[in-house]
Amino acid sequence: MRLEPIANPSTLRRLGLPALALAATMAVATLLALVAGADPFATLGQIATGALGSRLAVLETLNRATPLIFTGLAVAVAFRAKLWNIGAEAQLYAGAIAAVLLGTGELGSPWVLPVSALAAMLAGALILLGPVLLKTRLGVDEVVTTLLLNFIMLLFVSYLLEGPLKDPMGMGWPKSPALIPEARLPRIVEGLRLHWGFALALIAAVLVWIIQTRTTLGFEIRAVGQNPAAARFAGIPVNRVLLKTALLSGGLAALAGWSEVAGLKGHLSQDLSPGFGYTGIIVAMLALLHPLGVVISALFVAGIFVGSDAMSRTAGVPTYIADMLLATALLFMVLAILLTKMRVVRG
Amino acid sequence: MSDIIDILISASFWAAVIRIATPLIFATMGELICERAGVLNLGIEGIMVIGAFTGWMAVYQGMPLWGGVATAMAAGMLFGLLHSTLTVPFGLSQHVVGLGVTLLATATASFAYRLMLPEVTSPPKIEPFQPLDLPVLSDLPFLGEAIFQQTALTWAAFAVAALTAFTLYRTPLGLALRAAGENPAAVEAQGLSVTALRMGAVIVGSGLMALGGAFLTLSAFSSFFFEMVNGRGWVCVALVVFGAWKPGKAVLGAILFAAFDALQIRLQQTDLGAVLPYQLFLAAPYILSILALILMSRRAEVPAALMLPYNKGER
Repeated sequence: MRLEPIANPSTLRRLGLPALALAATMAVATLLALVAGADPFATLGQIATGALGSRLAVLETLNRATPLIFTGLAVAVAFRAKLWNIGAEAQLYAGAIAAVLLGTGELGSPWVLPVSALAAMLAGALILLGPVLLKTRLGVDEVVTTLLLNFIMLLFVSYLLEGPLKDPMGMGWPKSPALIPEARLPRIVEGLRLHWGFALALIAAVLVWIIQTRTTLGFEIRAVGQNPAAARFAGIPVNRVLLKTALLSGGLAALAGWSEVAGLKGHLSQDLSPGFGYTGIIVAMLALLHPLGVVISALFVAGIFVGSDAMSRTAGVPTYIADMLLATALLFMVLAILLTKMRVVRG
Repeated sequence: MSDIIDILISASFWAAVIRIATPLIFATMGELICERAGVLNLGIEGIMVIGAFTGWMAVYQGMPLWGGVATAMAAGMLFGLLHSTLTVPFGLSQHVVGLGVTLLATATASFAYRLMLPEVTSPPKIEPFQPLDLPVLSDLPFLGEAIFQQTALTWAAFAVAALTAFTLYRTPLGLALRAAGENPAAVEAQGLSVTALRMGAVIVGSGLMALGGAFLTLSAFSSFFFEMVNGRGWVCVALVVFGAWKPGKAVLGAILFAAFDALQIRLQQTDLGAVLPYQLFLAAPYILSILALILMSRRAEVPAALMLPYNKGER
């Protein structure tokens, strides 16, 4: 077999194939429920109710989506330039550390929130700057370096929580002291468990969209991603564009950690992120790297996680069904997107 | 300093080095085969997890140890088939597909574990591979304990490395495989199928990665934990670069790396461990991998067609 580009893909093809990918994921979900000895329709129904069935469930889904929007944006921005930032997890923790360092009493209101947010973005950007400089200067592949930095960062957090940032009142549990009230993100509506981090994530998505579609940097990022050699020939400073992309991507990922600490948890612990950085890759790919699409796909992914948690408590299908479905959706989706542009021919 | 010397002259240290190197050698050879054929396989981390899980589960369900090894390899090859189908004939991004395969394989292991053992808090143990008692060699003073008291899987790892080197450099198949990673159009001109060569390389390579994972459960820890692979797959991707895509150098790299790993575990028990935080020791392998990548960046001879999909008839 070989692939042949399609000159003018029909609307049916462009919309039908991604829909088919989601349908195929549902088929896998059905299969997994059957394997677990559960009623597939009841299982899917329970996932949906668990994610959206009550006011509490919806708020939980929105809260879970918040860090995923930030990490999804971070990945989308980087992947658009073919900068393979797999280190959103490390950048997230850098942002969380900044939130704790500046939010536990060193700074007072009204400065503490904006300053700690900027510091978080700076910390995340710096974490990604190293691997990108290694890529542009020495040609070291950024995939492996950003991945390895995730492990180093987690150990660094563990060190901080047992040493310099240890909460003396933590009863031996490794966590940081709590943030002062002024350093916490307020709730959007009093009485509803949803903090301003969610609103900021939406604003970030719109800003990234504006950067990508309305600015020179956005144009340069796309050019570098599509064809670095041609971009260089056209006079675009490829390495400088990659560095700017890295600063943006690392900063966005760091906001995920910052908003989890300042908005939701109020302190830093070792289990702050159950892999939000890695899930951000799925979020970004399902959104076809579109910043506004990231919001929708983050809500979808968060819903699957929250719904699966609720479902597994009652139906006996392991909650890891969520991870399996999302990985499956990712693979089906990249294949579907390819087939909207290419057709398979014999020979 | 005398602490380090004491460690280096102890036989148990060298035995540990060879033990720690074993899964790295298997998985590094697997990754090397994929990359020499032109495919970056980032499914490695997840494939090691699925290998560790399936091998252990098969033995726990009553299979003999070698049955567990075969099961693990089969599971790894299945994920290799998935990876190569998407990356070779369809030519999809090797980064995205690789990470997708890692996520899927890891999730599959977690899902199956919870499904098969819903209630357990600590995973059951199996009876693992025992060190082989080699005539004369195992009884040698010092060397016997340091080198010749390993399990069959360790010897298999060195055999796999030798076989990989032999196949790559001394057989027509190896020549075709390397050419698929350097100049696929030339392979096609010879009437060979780049698709078949690359898919075959990824499937076999993934089997070896799974075998590396299976060593962890069937020989090293005799039980399965969710976090047990813990970045070893990514380290192996770095080791392939460090070894300049050559099997011999990659094995040396794995042993060097294992030596540092074994050393950091032992240094934690010394005066140094009392001064420095233990997390620094645990981070050493990852820091070392990054340093290795930096060190080799100038000299590495990357396969020319690595990460470039080949589409017949396209120029």
